Amino acid sequence: MNFPILSSLILLPSIGALFLFFTKSKSENKITAKYVALFTSLVNFFLSIYLWFLFDQTTSAFQFVEDRIWIKGLINYKVGVDGISILFIILTTFITPLCIISVNNSVTKRLNEFLIAILVMETFMIGVFCSLDLVVFYLFFEAGLIPMFLIIGIWGGARRVYSAFKFFLFTLLGSVLMLVAIISIYWITGTTDVVQLYELGIDTKYQNLLWLAFFSSFAVKTPMWPVHTWLPDAHVEAPTAGSVLLAAILLKMAGYGFIRFSLGLFPSASEVFTPLIYTLSVIAIIFTSLIALMQEDMKKLIAYSSVAHMGFVTLGIFTIQQQGIEGSIIQMISHGLVSAALFLCVGVVYDRMHSRLIATYGGIVTIIPKYAILFMVFTLAALGLPGTSGFVGEFLILMAAFKDNFLVAVLASLGVIIGAAYMLWLYKRVIFGKLINSELKKMIDLNKSEAFTLTCLAIPTLYFGFYPEPLINTIEVSIRDLIDTYNFSVASKQ
Amino acid sequence: MNNIELIFPEIFISLSIMFLLILGVFKKDSSKIIHNISLLVLLITAVITFNETLSINPTTLFNESIIIDYLSSFMKIITLLAAFVVLLISSNYLRTFKIFKIEYPILILSSVLGMMIMISSNDLIVFYMGLELQSLALYVLATFNRDQLKSSEAGLKYFVLSALSSGLLLYGCSLIYGFTGSTNFNVISTQFNTNEYAITFGIVFILVGLAFKISAVPFHMWAPDVYEGSPTSVTLFFTMVPKIAALTVFIRFLYVPFLNLIDQWQMILVFLSIASMLFGAIAAIGQKNLKRLIAYSSISHIGYALAGLATGSNEGIQSSVIYMTIYIIMNLGFFSCLLMMKRNNIYYEQIDDLSGLSKNHPLLSISLLIILFSLAGIPPLAGFFAKFYIFKSVIEQSMYFLAIVGLLSTVVAAFYYLRIIKIMYFDEEKDSYDKDHNLWLKLSLTVSTILILMYFIFPSELIDVVSKINII
Repeated sequence: MNFPILSSLILLPSIGALFLFFTKSKSENKITAKYVALFTSLVNFFLSIYLWFLFDQTTSAFQFVEDRIWIKGLINYKVGVDGISILFIILTTFITPLCIISVNNSVTKRLNEFLIAILVMETFMIGVFCSLDLVVFYLFFEAGLIPMFLIIGIWGGARRVYSAFKFFLFTLLGSVLMLVAIISIYWITGTTDVVQLYELGIDTKYQNLLWLAFFSSFAVKTPMWPVHTWLPDAHVEAPTAGSVLLAAILLKMAGYGFIRFSLGLFPSASEVFTPLIYTLSVIAIIFTSLIALMQEDMKKLIAYSSVAHMGFVTLGIFTIQQQGIEGSIIQMISHGLVSAALFLCVGVVYDRMHSRLIATYGGIVTIIPKYAILFMVFTLAALGLPGTSGFVGEFLILMAAFKDNFLVAVLASLGVIIGAAYMLWLYKRVIFGKLINSELKKMIDLNKSEAFTLTCLAIPTLYFGFYPEPLINTIEVSIRDLIDTYNFSVASKQ
Repeated sequence: MNNIELIFPEIFISLSIMFLLILGVFKKDSSKIIHNISLLVLLITAVITFNETLSINPTTLFNESIIIDYLSSFMKIITLLAAFVVLLISSNYLRTFKIFKIEYPILILSSVLGMMIMISSNDLIVFYMGLELQSLALYVLATFNRDQLKSSEAGLKYFVLSALSSGLLLYGCSLIYGFTGSTNFNVISTQFNTNEYAITFGIVFILVGLAFKISAVPFHMWAPDVYEGSPTSVTLFFTMVPKIAALTVFIRFLYVPFLNLIDQWQMILVFLSIASMLFGAIAAIGQKNLKRLIAYSSISHIGYALAGLATGSNEGIQSSVIYMTIYIIMNLGFFSCLLMMKRNNIYYEQIDDLSGLSKNHPLLSISLLIILFSLAGIPPLAGFFAKFYIFKSVIEQSMYFLAIVGLLSTVVAAFYYLRIIKIMYFDEEKDSYDKDHNLWLKLSLTVSTILILMYFIFPSELIDVVSKINII
């Protein structure tokens, strides 16, 4: 196996983007550009499925590793996947083509540049999940800011400038401390190679500060309460495809980072700071759920629900149990699918009515029934109904939390109830009720591409809800190994 | 005289200056020829420097008053090439303002000669001579567009303040001479243990003078006005070339005679660095003129270069040199864009003039976008690596405070770079600018953008080149 499959995954979208960039002046035909982008991202998707097919589930070692000298004597370009990262890669390659299909109606100006931005974004996102070197990771992690800033700023809504700046500066501020930590790790241990760092371990006396520096970056990106305020703004103003990428994948970078780096590199500090994470997660779950209840803007409501869902994720990760972390990863995958779908659903009605306010709608079930059905599937998945992927994740997380800390688990369960309340209430106000606004009668039901994208998202949501086995099989060994290492280093400290 | 061939570059450039002066006097309408010959002279000098001196062991000449080593050769080549590009892309601008005269290239050549002497100096008097030669040429260059009030004001301001700083610098030199009995760096380094505090005074005065030349806070006040008032091509020269020379002197002066006094000067450098980074970042936010903005941005960038110098290690020096090299490339790109903002023979330099540039000039604005994100230090562009090396060497010395303040000020600085991008990409468009640009201008923009964008593919090359610099 010498074919550099991961580097191909990383590079392919960029090559597509480059192609689009240079054909821009010649072809005025927007359809061509779209097909080029779609083709690139689909090739990438099938490549990643092939990767999953080749992936060996019985080992926790990193696979498909590529190791090249990059900055001589300093940093190696090292990529590889294990059970934890491969699912995120597939999620990324799965969501991106759907985003590209969805631009049909929502993006009218500068389509070419928009597609370039999305493809470049895909490169960086896959890079984040593949990289096995801290500097390479940081590079991809930060580079993603550029296309996202442009996506929000150029194609966004009325307050797009404010939101784009807030997004960029918040995330950058969080990340610079991580850079200090990464360089410090280099000087403490002499390497930034994650695999070597797992073996070497980092002296416990440094761990707390380093953990906090990483935390500052991941907490902003997750986002955790109280640094979540950029997310609703960014979501509301971003175009539909931007919101989808943001919710489905960008937020997962931080969750992934927590598992890969915070737990993996700083076990003893993770133990020290678990109460902090628990507290912030529970606050995030309950507080933002309550805020979501009061929202009048659909996108904002879903944005706040994202914060709450990511609260479950962080809670699950820091239970540091097999079920908790498995639950967190499944919750992230599920949230990736469901929140993407929900934002697409909002996009569908927004393209027709140009309003995101809940009050505009009501009683549209008879007018656009297909939409109502699909929207219902995702609403139920978002509130974690058994039979949807949302349930599996939340259930595993809560189970692990109950073992660890009863109070936290009870409070988090409360969040599940509020979550059900705001999602159902949203559904009721938008879909059911009396048809007051007469303009709604002109609405057309889902067209083919919309129906296709939403169905594509509904199938895995339901499939993994009933049968999460493929997901769990993939991640199980890697997580067990991670927890063993964790327990070993915590025990050896005492 | 042994090893006279080592100063062939300086000799060649001085003879060329004299020849060009005579040519200018006797031949009418010779500005174009002189411009082209000057370009050739700079290029040939760079080649001579590369061939004769780059790969030799450190050698001193003239009673150890001039030193030729890898650092000096490398910095000379950078200076010459930067001056070459400045001269190359400024001809159209000068023609527009009808200041395409014989003096311009000759003045640039003489200031470059001064800088080469500064870079090679191993003696306070030689260093001062070089400094004054380059300053005198620069005063005139700043006022070069003499029909414009702002340009004259810039030159005068630069002259008065620069003279003041030179005075302080000379006072420092005299103190050091008084207490060590020599002006030679090598001799000073063996003598200073007699009276440490008095020498510290001397160091402080010289540092003040040097900080003025590189416009580090709190000696930066002249920079925004001079940058704004000078002709744009001269501003481009100001933002890059004199700083290379001054930074080299900084390195030589601090690390050769006074390395053992690092406790005394390290804090000064840390202060200069932090103050420059923060002030440059914050003050740039309110600017409306692009040239003023780039003045504050260059103040902030000098802060990062100084952070590398403050470490007191070879890695720190190397990272500063890398930083300056990458900064020069970014600056060239930025000013190439600025020189392209021309409509009906008027150059525009307000930030608002960039409004909606992306719609009329997609290629120009994508280049500017890349350059600006690189200036802000966002990966994977070259500017990020420049900062990465700096902070790597800073953290090696456990100077965490400096590193954290530096990185936080990149966030502040990101704001004003983003604001330019916002105006280019998010705002409504204005009339389009001329599209028939000078070929060289286009080339310099393209090359600098590609270098910035593609740096991450071959990051080792620059490190390899710079890692041969060994001062300590």
